[in-house]
Amino acid sequence: MAETSQGTGGLKFDRNKRTWPNEANVFIALILLIGLFELIGHYRVGQSMLFDFNTNRDGTILNMARIRIIILQVSIIGIIALGVTQVIITGGIDLSSGSVVGMTAMIAMSFALTAEVNGNPNGRAIFLSEVDGQMVPTPWLHDLPVMVPILVGLLIGILAGFINGVFIAYTGIPPFIATLGMMVSARGVANWWSEGNPVSFPTDQYTALANGNLLDTLTFGLFSESWAMQEVFDGQNPAVFFILLAILFHFIMKHTIYGKHTYAIGSNEDAARMSGINVNRQKVLVYAIAGMLAGFAAILLTSKNLTAQSGMGLIYELDAIAMAVIGGVSLSGGRGSILGTVLGAMIFGIIISGFTYLRLDAFYQEIVKGMIIVGAVVLDQWRQRRASNR
Amino acid sequence: MANNASGGHLPHDMHPLGPVILKSTALTKHYGGVYALNDANFEIRKGEHVAIMGDNGAGKSTFVRQITAVEQRTSGTIWFDGRDVEFEGPLEARKAGIETVFQTLALADDLDVPDNLFLGREITRWNFLGPFRRLDYKAMRAKTLEGLEKTAVKIPNINNTIRNMSGGQRQCVAIARTATFHSKLTIMDEPTAALGVQETAQVENIIRTLKEAGEPLILISHNMRQVMDLVDRIVVFRRGRIVANLKKEETDGEDVVSYITGARTQPEYEVGAT
Repeated sequence: MAETSQGTGGLKFDRNKRTWPNEANVFIALILLIGLFELIGHYRVGQSMLFDFNTNRDGTILNMARIRIIILQVSIIGIIALGVTQVIITGGIDLSSGSVVGMTAMIAMSFALTAEVNGNPNGRAIFLSEVDGQMVPTPWLHDLPVMVPILVGLLIGILAGFINGVFIAYTGIPPFIATLGMMVSARGVANWWSEGNPVSFPTDQYTALANGNLLDTLTFGLFSESWAMQEVFDGQNPAVFFILLAILFHFIMKHTIYGKHTYAIGSNEDAARMSGINVNRQKVLVYAIAGMLAGFAAILLTSKNLTAQSGMGLIYELDAIAMAVIGGVSLSGGRGSILGTVLGAMIFGIIISGFTYLRLDAFYQEIVKGMIIVGAVVLDQWRQRRASNR
Repeated sequence: MANNASGGHLPHDMHPLGPVILKSTALTKHYGGVYALNDANFEIRKGEHVAIMGDNGAGKSTFVRQITAVEQRTSGTIWFDGRDVEFEGPLEARKAGIETVFQTLALADDLDVPDNLFLGREITRWNFLGPFRRLDYKAMRAKTLEGLEKTAVKIPNINNTIRNMSGGQRQCVAIARTATFHSKLTIMDEPTAALGVQETAQVENIIRTLKEAGEPLILISHNMRQVMDLVDRIVVFRRGRIVANLKKEETDGEDVVSYITGARTQPEYEVGAT
C-alpha cells in the first residue's frame, strides 16, 4: 500500500479525508436548481425567473419584483428555522414553532392595538372595559409603546420554548412528544384567546416593524437616496431581520460556548455530560431561544399582515424543519450550520416561487416539497454512512 | 485520622515510586442486592503504573466508576492527593486531577481535536456574556499542540473532526486530553481494545511517555503482553473483589491467569473470595 506515514505508529494523513464544507454542496444545489428552473422556464414560459434583461425596470438586470417576493416569503419562516436549526443540532426536534407563532401572534397583537379606528372604538380589541354602559377598548391597554407587544411576544415565545426544554431535559421524554404536546396546546391557546376571532388594527409603530425600512433607520437615513435602500430594503424588514439574526446566530454557534455545547450535545450527549457540560440547562436554553425566535417571527408576521389570526403559522414548523434539513442540518444531531439553513431557506424559496413562475398548480409545490424533505434526509443518512465506513 | 492507616504519604516515605497519590479503603458498590464491588483496598503511588485485570464483570469498570465519581459508592473511603474525597460527579474528580480515558470514547464526533480536548472547560474571552462568552480558539489550538507534543502524538490536521479519524487517532486524542491538563492520575479503560496492531503500538508508546514523565496510571486491560510490558504492578479483580496484588517482577502471565480464573487467591484476600 502506498501510504505516507507520518509520526509514529502509523497515523496516516489521507488527503481524501479532508473535509469539504457541506454548505458548499448546498450552495451548488441552489445554483443548479436556479439553472434548472431557468432552463425549463425558458421553454415553458419564455421568460427568465430571476433576471429581466429587457425592461431594465428596476435599474438592474435582476427581476427585483420576484426576488423581493422570494426573500419575503422565506424570511419569516427563516427566522423560525434559525431556532429550529439549533434544536436539531442538539439532536432534538421542535414541532411546536408553528403553533407558538399562532399563540404569540394573538397575544402580542392584543397589546399592539389602537383604541380607535377612524374615530370609532376598535371592534377587534381584546381588552374591553365598561364605560357608560358600553364595552370599549380599555384605554390603558391600547396605543401602548411598541416595546410592549414586542416584549410580550418574545416572552410568550420564550415561555413556550422553556416549557418544551424543561420537559425534554428533566423528564427525559422524547423532544418529538414534548413539542407535539406544545403544538396542540399552543394552538388551543391561540383559538381560546379571542374565541377564534381575528385581532386587528395595530398602532403605526407596530405596523412599521415589518413594513418600514429598518436599514434606513439604522443608518440614520444617510443612504435614503441610494438604489439599494429604495429598491432592495424598503418594506423588506422581515428579510433584514432574518439576515441580521442569521449573522448573530452564526457567530453565536461558531464562536461561543453556547454554540460549542449545542454541537457537543448533538454529537455525543454522554461525552458532553461526562465532560461536565450542564446538558439539561443547555437544552432548556436552546429550546427557549427557539421559542423566542418563533415569537419574534409572529411579531413580524402580524405586523406585516396588520392582523392576527389563530390559524397563523400553520405547519410553519415543518417548513422550518425542511429549510434546516435541506441546508444540511443532520436530524441525528451534531452537524449543520446557520449558514446552511440560510441557503436551505433560499432553496426553499426558489422552489415555491419557481413553481408559480412555471405556472404549475400549488398542489405540485406541496408534493415536491415533501419529496425534497425526505430526499434531504435520505441524502444525510447516506452521507453519514459513507463517512463512518471509510 | 484515617489517612495515617495508609502510611504511604508520611513525610519520611522514601518509596522509589514516590508517595501514594490515590488510596481506596473498603470501597464497596451494590446495585440493589448485587455486590458489583466489595471491600476494595487499593493504592497507587505517584510514579507508578498499575494494571487492573479480571474477567468481564469482575468489577474493574465498577471500581473505576467509583474512583471517577461517575457513580456514587455505597460505602468505603477514597483518599486522593492528600485528602479524603467525596466527588459529586466526574467533573469534580476531573477538576481534582483524575483524568479518565473511557472504554466508550467520550469524544464528540462532530467536533475537532481542540474542541474535544477542551470540551466542558473551554478557554473563553468576554466572560461577562455568560453562556454566550466567546471561545478563544487560538489559545486552545496552541495548548492542544503542546499537549500532543507532550504525548508524542502526531495528528496531521487537528482541525479535522473526530468522525474523520481512525480508531487509533481517536484514542490518541482521548489520551492527549489527559496530558494537556496536567492530571495527577490517569485512568485508561481498555484503551487498545478496538485498535489494530500499529495503533496499539502508538498508544503503548504514549503510555511509556507518561511513565517516563512520572505520571501515575491505572490501566484496565485484557492484554497480558501489554500489561507485562507496561506496568509495575497488577491488581486482579474477581467477582467484585480484589484477589491478588502482584509485582510484575514476581509474576508471569500464567500466574496472573490463575488468579483471574479463580484457580488461586492470594492468602491475604482469602476472606469472602470464591
